[in-house]
Amino acid sequence: MIMNASSSPPLRRSRTARLTALAAVVAAVAGALGLLSACGGSSHPEPATALSPGAGQTLPGLPGATGTGDTVTATPPPGTSPASPAGSPASPTSSPASAPATANAVSIKNFAFSPAELTVKVGTKVTWTNTDPDAHTVTSKQGSNGPLQSAALATNDTYSYTFTTPGTYAYYCSIHPFMTATVVVTP
Amino acid sequence: MTDDIRDSNGVGEHGMTRRQLARHSAWFGGAVILTVTAGEVISHIPGSAAPPPASSTDLRFVQISDSHIGFQGPANTDVTATFAAAIDQVNSLGFRPDFVMHSGDMTHLSTPAQFDQVKQMLTQLDTDRVFTVPGEHDSIGDNGPIAYRQAFGKNTLGDGWYSFDTHGVHFIALVNTLHLEQLGHLGNDQIDFVRKDLAGLSSDTPIVVFSHIPLFAMYPTWGWGTDDAVQILSMLRRFSSVTCLNGHVHQLFTKTEGNITFHAAASTCYPFPKPGEGPSPTPQVLPAGRLKDALGIRTVNYSQGSHALAVKDEKLA
Repeated sequence: MIMNASSSPPLRRSRTARLTALAAVVAAVAGALGLLSACGGSSHPEPATALSPGAGQTLPGLPGATGTGDTVTATPPPGTSPASPAGSPASPTSSPASAPATANAVSIKNFAFSPAELTVKVGTKVTWTNTDPDAHTVTSKQGSNGPLQSAALATNDTYSYTFTTPGTYAYYCSIHPFMTATVVVTP
Repeated sequence: MTDDIRDSNGVGEHGMTRRQLARHSAWFGGAVILTVTAGEVISHIPGSAAPPPASSTDLRFVQISDSHIGFQGPANTDVTATFAAAIDQVNSLGFRPDFVMHSGDMTHLSTPAQFDQVKQMLTQLDTDRVFTVPGEHDSIGDNGPIAYRQAFGKNTLGDGWYSFDTHGVHFIALVNTLHLEQLGHLGNDQIDFVRKDLAGLSSDTPIVVFSHIPLFAMYPTWGWGTDDAVQILSMLRRFSSVTCLNGHVHQLFTKTEGNITFHAAASTCYPFPKPGEGPSPTPQVLPAGRLKDALGIRTVNYSQGSHALAVKDEKLA
């Protein structure tokens, strides 16, 4: 109790002093802001508060619920359907099923293809199975003109491709491009 | 005796009680909040004080990100509901934002139906305009970028980039989720666009850059970076205030490099682990009831004439 009694008056003084200091800082900052505003006002005379497109452009985006621009009709775009890889020499299939782990199977787990390098004989049908909670793709590396082009594989989806030409096929996940692997096809 | 010591600490350490400081912050308004934010006083106020009372000439906009409409899994069994909650939260801010930016991964699988659903939900936002940039989940396969541009690409340039101005601030929206090889990628056409776009601007124009994948190397091992971003960032060095806002990493992260400040946003679907924590950036399953704490929306405030933008992140309510 003695300690408290002796420490109380200085605390009171300190509080007052700090409040005064804070008020002074506030006043100073307010002044500085006022100066800044004045500077900004002179270098940018009355910048428009409306949204305006960049030079030579037309404003993109959609009007919000209370927007003033063009109206929006949200309908599925014509001529697009969920991706089905077409034009591949063999016939890739995509179906929700689980594939057994065999020498012609690649599992996609923890954001990695396993095995990262698979070697198969020509004519082998390889099946990828995604066991991750996120979606992945099996996509030939850009510029390789490779044949692998799966749709996005949701959890437990599979993708298959039959390799008809020997060679080394580098592929990756186009959603997570740090996921890379290869299939080596031997004669 | 114990009570005396507690009382002595509570008042003596900071000069004011928390309640007194909170009251003064509210009373002095924006100026005092700026002041105390620069120092450390505000860290003593739990929950902070009221937001700065913005004037009608202030710019106020919202960033939402990574809704992943179409995702199904234990990390979030109803991504539509959490995205709707985020939209409701924006509509309940107490002010009408000048615009809302969705910074990508609107959909999970780039299907036209998912884009259509997102588009319908976005048009419920109480704002003047809704802008978007695509995420890699909006760019899957050959059809993803086509479906994105059909839904959101009107009046954009190239693969979907553009710029606009309001309140004296110049905004650039970039696309770095096409042509991915390991990292995000902008490409020469887009870099040329930015060069021409910035050419006529005075160096005291505040710049805000939106992209889905961060423009800084947050964690390249997981693809959290953009391989040719340095070409853009070097063009931005001459400006006094540059703010880069991104999504993709599903967590808050802030970094400053000279005149450029980067802010990664929370998602509205599920969190990712922190960089390098765990084997992969896989959706994190949180204990029941904890998900919304890891999701959020972002408001950004700018007073004309001030130097920097004020970025405020809040959890999903």
